[in-house]
Amino acid sequence: MKIPDLKKKLPDLKKKLMVSVNEIWRTVFRHGFKDTPRNRALIIISNVWLHLHPTQVREHGTKIRFTWCMGGITFFVFLFELVTGILLMYYYTPDVNKAYADIADLMYVVPYGRLLRNTHRWGAHAMVITVSIHMLRVFLSGSYKAPRQFNWVIGVLLLLLTFLLSFTGYLLPWDQLGYWAITVGMNMGRATPFLGYEGPFANLLGMTINNDIRFALIGGTTIGAPALLRAYVWHCVAIPLIAAALMMIHFWRIRKDGGISGRL
Amino acid sequence: MEIRRHEGELAELKDDRVFTWPNLVVKEFLAAILVTIGILFYSFYVDAPLSELADPAHAENPAKAPWYFAGLQEQLVYFDPWYAGVVLPSLIVVGLILLPYLDNNPKGNGYFTFRERKFAIVVFLSGYVFWYLLVYVGTVLRGPYWTFFWPWQEWTHSFPAPAPLHNLPLPLGIALLVGFYTVGLAFPLFIKNGSFFSNLGIIRYAITMGLLLTMIGTAGKILLRLAFNIKYIIATPWINI
Repeated sequence: MKIPDLKKKLPDLKKKLMVSVNEIWRTVFRHGFKDTPRNRALIIISNVWLHLHPTQVREHGTKIRFTWCMGGITFFVFLFELVTGILLMYYYTPDVNKAYADIADLMYVVPYGRLLRNTHRWGAHAMVITVSIHMLRVFLSGSYKAPRQFNWVIGVLLLLLTFLLSFTGYLLPWDQLGYWAITVGMNMGRATPFLGYEGPFANLLGMTINNDIRFALIGGTTIGAPALLRAYVWHCVAIPLIAAALMMIHFWRIRKDGGISGRL
Repeated sequence: MEIRRHEGELAELKDDRVFTWPNLVVKEFLAAILVTIGILFYSFYVDAPLSELADPAHAENPAKAPWYFAGLQEQLVYFDPWYAGVVLPSLIVVGLILLPYLDNNPKGNGYFTFRERKFAIVVFLSGYVFWYLLVYVGTVLRGPYWTFFWPWQEWTHSFPAPAPLHNLPLPLGIALLVGFYTVGLAFPLFIKNGSFFSNLGIIRYAITMGLLLTMIGTAGKILLRLAFNIKYIIATPWINI
């Protein structure tokens, strides 16, 4: 083929290429590139992740000085913990003979293992802090008032689950710090009125050291192998699932209760 | 929807609405990136703690709960475990859950204001600060055998023996507790013509005041202990308060 011929055909070729690129783009995204109001709306409603949002929000709801961004950040840190937690699970065995060595390996042997564990740990602390600031913001802006009362209730349960997630994770390294922290916590459990064997009125229900509520929580009379396994399953599977379910309700209800709160 | 009719041109939006994309989504992505950078930076310079292998035969001294539960552990100084570790946190959770149903003040819905809801904000902030104050004391200021040390003091095992504690006589204790709740419940009836009571109605009033007085009483018992070395207000073979 001669050069002049090619030059003549080039614009045509470019056009064809753009058409197929556009076709492929269209299979992935159901909206065009152009910044039009229609596309701005489609970006949100045609994307499974973004359609958590409404297409439009009241302007004050985009202001950091109103939302403090703490609910969103808490959700993000939860996802962050999910990813780092799954990566940690590749290296960790919930067995009293292996757990500590696995964590030590992460700290000293596994490439980037130390950074991975550090981020998971500090992320957990960050989540406790951000969720409690989120609660403060929602309280101070009166966002729990009608019609959002029930979503506040879900939020309180999520706050509780955040504490429990962090607490169950505390035992997993099987070091002195976690072991005695969980011991302190569980010793409170045995003082539960009626249900703990050292609590007030325990004898009414016939509570002893091996049938009370603490026994059920740790699977034994002292913190041992069953407690580690239980903490692990609660931490990695059960509580995240419950929290995810409640988060679905929490976010859905924001929309159903009229979106971001604000002056009526 | 408005935008469908105005395709291709700037749509007129209802009230103060803006498009979520890009106005909100951009900020969310930015926040996510900043948080990730923050956690990574912190994790790069500060290692997560890892002490020696767990040894059931050798208790840590002090053995501390994670910081967010250290406030409850701190309460163990002043209360028996059934209250500090079980009933008190349960009451906090129940109180928080009930909060939107107890607060029937229609003002301050969806915006920051102190003037329009002084009572709610003062009570909530007091509880919030109280909780974190206890967390701070429990995490930072408690050394071996849960002894109090100021931040500038060094933790040692040779501290003076704590002053002996004593209980209130049972009749006095019961009178004090009953009197506290009676006076507390009756007090708001005499300010502002009892409007606090009539606004809430008897059920909301009873629950609100019950929870509030328990919070004040919890702080009060701490003061009794610190000032007069009172261990129990009520000591019986079955239950101690």
